[in-house]
Amino acid sequence: MKLLTGNDLATGAVTWWTGSGWSLHVEDALDVGEAGEAILHAEEGARRVNAPYIIDALPTPEGPRPAHIKDRVRALGPTVRPDLTLKPADPAAGDWVI
Amino acid sequence: MYKYDNYDQAMVDARVAEFRDQVKRRLAGEMTEDQFKPLRLMNGLYLQLHAYMLRVAIPYGTLDSRQMRMLAHIARKYDRDYGHFTTRQNIQYNWIKLEECGDLLEELASVEMHAIQTSGNCIRNISSDQYAGAAADEVTDPRPWAELLRQWSTFHPEFSYLPRKFKIAVIASPEDRAAMRLHDIGLELVKKDGELGARVFVGGGMGRTPMIAPEINSFVKADDLLSYIEACLRVYNRYGRRDNIYKARIKILVHEIGADAYRAQVEEEFAHVKALGIDPPLAELERIAVFFDLPEPIQSEVRHSREGGDPSPDHSIDAIVQEIDSRLRGGDDWGAFETWVKQNVKPHKAPGYAIVNISLKPIGGIPGDASSSQMEVMADLAEKYGFDELRVTHAQNIVLPHVAKRDLYTVWQALSEAGLANANLDLISDIIACPGLDYCSLANARSIPVAQKISKRFGNLDRQRDLGELKLKISGCINACGHHHAGHIGILGVDRKGVENYQLTFGGSGAQDVSIGKIIGPGFDEDGVVDAVEKATEVYTRLREGEERFIDTYRRVGLEPFKEAIYG
Repeated sequence: MKLLTGNDLATGAVTWWTGSGWSLHVEDALDVGEAGEAILHAEEGARRVNAPYIIDALPTPEGPRPAHIKDRVRALGPTVRPDLTLKPADPAAGDWVI
Repeated sequence: MYKYDNYDQAMVDARVAEFRDQVKRRLAGEMTEDQFKPLRLMNGLYLQLHAYMLRVAIPYGTLDSRQMRMLAHIARKYDRDYGHFTTRQNIQYNWIKLEECGDLLEELASVEMHAIQTSGNCIRNISSDQYAGAAADEVTDPRPWAELLRQWSTFHPEFSYLPRKFKIAVIASPEDRAAMRLHDIGLELVKKDGELGARVFVGGGMGRTPMIAPEINSFVKADDLLSYIEACLRVYNRYGRRDNIYKARIKILVHEIGADAYRAQVEEEFAHVKALGIDPPLAELERIAVFFDLPEPIQSEVRHSREGGDPSPDHSIDAIVQEIDSRLRGGDDWGAFETWVKQNVKPHKAPGYAIVNISLKPIGGIPGDASSSQMEVMADLAEKYGFDELRVTHAQNIVLPHVAKRDLYTVWQALSEAGLANANLDLISDIIACPGLDYCSLANARSIPVAQKISKRFGNLDRQRDLGELKLKISGCINACGHHHAGHIGILGVDRKGVENYQLTFGGSGAQDVSIGKIIGPGFDEDGVVDAVEKATEVYTRLREGEERFIDTYRRVGLEPFKEAIYG
């Protein structure tokens, strides 16, 4: 599957295309299939995302997981600072990243 | 410390206002990212893995307590309560919001700080010896020269769009504490027949093509130095490889045409440049130098020492320990304090003073990171006990350069309470590590977890001290921000089909015995590289002779015994 990701223009936060908007959580990401490029250009032009790009991902019961380690780290946050990730209270939240 | 004059402040304030307007236009959609990116980079603002990252310049690593408190304030208000001190003697914030950048930079400017030229193909922050002004072995304080170069290079119209970024280091001691010969230009201030000048080295660097800068001129007179550097840059600007980013650094140019041909070009250009009157009058340098005068109590001690005191004062650490108040020796914490003094305190040129190194490398911690409150503790200590001065080192530590020996115990106690009394300077756990794949969009592998595992593996301080000086440096990609080429042991993270892999290099050094490390063999996974490092230390302890450091033994016996132990 293909995901569309980028950063929020104003805050820089990592975001994922959900089909109707952008989410901070990769679990909300939608398979964009072949439509990624068109969505990318439209969303970038509307300044709803900065530096967007399309990545490969795998579907899992817990939601999509980026294929490359770099995007998995982006999805979680720094592996060395669990307190700064999106799920600071869950020590196992990053088990799938590495 | 240098203080901005009205021109300095006006330039920085104008740049803040300009960038604030550019951000506003970007957020309003009046600029695309392609248009905005070069503008934000000129102001030190990157887009990294998780957010915008701001790199703030700390000129030649020198700052005062007011500035350190501002860095803490920035971390607390605009970031996530911490900052990362870098191998360029700067600080980086990892969680900056574009919409808040104008306010942030305005607050920075209020304490004479900025992020200008911390990115882009321009002359970057000038780096220097963290012990400048305090070191017993220096011929002069290198910082007035670094400041002169800072002023010359800031907004230099001819050198704002070089083929690639450009890094200059200035030292003034035979002991190189700034990796001087691994810079695009390295200057070693020296005296020849009583006259001050500089040895000029050009074309060093790390990255994907590590090179040691050859000496281009063995003595450039002080009043020719700026013209000579200008000539060095002009030749590079003219012939540097703009067609290939991987061959665009000056080291490639010097290597490809050869040091002799480059030198000849520089001499020819220098003859022209010298006639332009670029070199400032001596009075200007003297005006700058006054800002770096030692505090009066230290100056009088140095004078006394030179004129009538001990003609050959004992600068050893043992002498410092002996001078510490004997009443402390019976205390429960004497052992820990004595170890810290022996490891982290260095002799000062004034007999009553010492240089305190604050290690930002706690066991299992993140190299170079400091919390806001830790920054404030260091600022307070500098103000109370250190004549209001701090330094950032290229090894990602902090220095209080002028601490009275009588205050060492008090300073150590305060550092201990803040988790900053790690007695591991230059030991195996004093690891340089880049942010790696945990933060950096260029990285191929994580650096920090490897550093944490190694420091935990060697967590026992007695074991570390038995191993002695062992400089271990980790980069998460070939760009080598973690200086792995210059590590006695270097680790380079690579991406092997989407999996982190780590190559080991042995034999590098960024000091006066400068050398580039060599890859020892196939790479390892994260745990494997930690095991390999441990095996290497075991070979060292088995084979070392006398006072040999790890790198000395390696250089004497060669790679084979290490390779045999590691790969079997």
